[in-house]
Amino acid sequence: MKSSLIKSTVIFLGLFFLYFPILVLIFYSFNENKRVMVWKGFSLRWYNELFTNEQIIESFIISIKIAAFSATFATILGVMIGYSLVRIRKIPFRSFYIFLSSTPLVLPELILGLSMLLFFISLNNVIGFPSSRGQLTIFISHVTFCIAFVAIIIQARLTDFNKNIEEAAMDLGYNYTKVLYKITLPIILPSIIAGWLLAFTISLDDLVVASFTTGPGANTLPIVVFSKVRLGLSPEVNALSAILMFALIIIGLFYFYFNKKFKH
Amino acid sequence: MKNKLFEKYFVFSPYFWLVLFFFIPLAIIFKISISISEWGMPPYQDIFLFDNGLKINTTFENYVYIFSDFYYIGSFLNSMILALISTIFCLLIGFPLAFYIATSNIRLRNILLVLVVIPFWSSFLLRVYAWKIILQNNGILNVILLNLGITSEPLQLLYNQYAVIMGIVYTYLPLMILPLYGYLNKFDLNLIEASKDLGLNRFKTFFKVILPLSVPGIVAGSLLVFIPVVGEFIIPEMLGGSDRLYYGKILWEEFFVNRNWPGASALAFSGIIILVLPIVIFQILYSRWSQKNEI
Repeated sequence: MKSSLIKSTVIFLGLFFLYFPILVLIFYSFNENKRVMVWKGFSLRWYNELFTNEQIIESFIISIKIAAFSATFATILGVMIGYSLVRIRKIPFRSFYIFLSSTPLVLPELILGLSMLLFFISLNNVIGFPSSRGQLTIFISHVTFCIAFVAIIIQARLTDFNKNIEEAAMDLGYNYTKVLYKITLPIILPSIIAGWLLAFTISLDDLVVASFTTGPGANTLPIVVFSKVRLGLSPEVNALSAILMFALIIIGLFYFYFNKKFKH
Repeated sequence: MKNKLFEKYFVFSPYFWLVLFFFIPLAIIFKISISISEWGMPPYQDIFLFDNGLKINTTFENYVYIFSDFYYIGSFLNSMILALISTIFCLLIGFPLAFYIATSNIRLRNILLVLVVIPFWSSFLLRVYAWKIILQNNGILNVILLNLGITSEPLQLLYNQYAVIMGIVYTYLPLMILPLYGYLNKFDLNLIEASKDLGLNRFKTFFKVILPLSVPGIVAGSLLVFIPVVGEFIIPEMLGGSDRLYYGKILWEEFFVNRNWPGASALAFSGIIILVLPIVIFQILYSRWSQKNEI
């Protein structure tokens, strides 16, 4: 009995630690006062101001656009990597392939961001493209580091499922492409969706790499939020937090749903 | 015949992308890190000069420069210490949590796991910002401390290294819990009962049975926390003060403020060699070792 008391206490304290800051943020978003820390009364004022703040709305649209495009590209390429690593034996310089597809997972964002920026500048010096940085360069950088996350999810899923199903289909006269589209892809589809959701969230949330590779007309939401809260507090950001936290948590739940679906 | 073409397409499309947009950028960092700096745009000289034949124009000056100045080495050490302390705290909080989640019954286990990871899905920047609100001079924590009579006036909790550690432990905790849970979940709970039956007390059971079996999880979780924290830029920028300088900040300023591109590249490339290379080598050796031992 004593040990189960300790157990529930530890779990309760752990969850409290994880959720307390989020609840504080949501609580203060309803504060009427412009001075964030002084409670004046319940109000939806800052939600109103948020929806009329053009800078935030515009950056939000840019962020969603970049996240959707880079998640889609990263998912296509990540699925190819995951499939290659599990199902294709002959990969030239296999260790190098693994190095390329897994290092972005551990490389500090700052180093990745710097390398992308210097790459774009050098590329521009050599071939005159991209002449200025912006949404395109952020998109390329995000694809590059999201690929790795999709690849490990797909790799894990393909390692799990029985290769015999594919072989049986081939014995029954399906050709290679047909097996891929009719058998393999439908089986790993939930993992593909999960990978896309993960890549989407990572891109939406990224500040460091985007700060390096941004340019005129490409202020993403994290860049705008960071400039607002770097030195102080902002009641509008509080309201934004509450909405964003809610939306992202829902995406997270979907991710769990898809990633777990065929596990058992 | 057809499938050969197909396989090639699958292997080489991402291969092409990653070589072009990941490997070449890393090579460019190295190239600039051995270039001679000068005033101008870009602020470094080419490493190949063509006058009366090819001349190679490189230098290790930039590396000498950063490794002989305590400003750079000191900040890197600060970051390593920060990462070490944060990793230890994540482990101390994460291990009991992961252990108790893994030993719950299966329905509760899945719910708890989702609950632990969900905050990780919400915005990183905003979770750090939340601590800025909590630790304000008139923030919640100070209000509680004042009301309990622990202090008589508000404490300066924000803008120092302790706030930075707090923010890091909070945001990186799920990265520690997940791999720990992954390994703890696999092992047979009967082992704990068996060790108790054999007369080992709680402490001995923990140190002789549970801990050794969870070493791979501890290593994986610690690496996932330690490496990104060394390069962390946002959290010290939001919650930290001027009492400590860190690697991320120095790298940022060397590039954007001092406009010393070769110096910043040398810093970045040193970071890759010190932090990332050992992991990559370890991973390759480990996968070879485990392949050999399975057969």
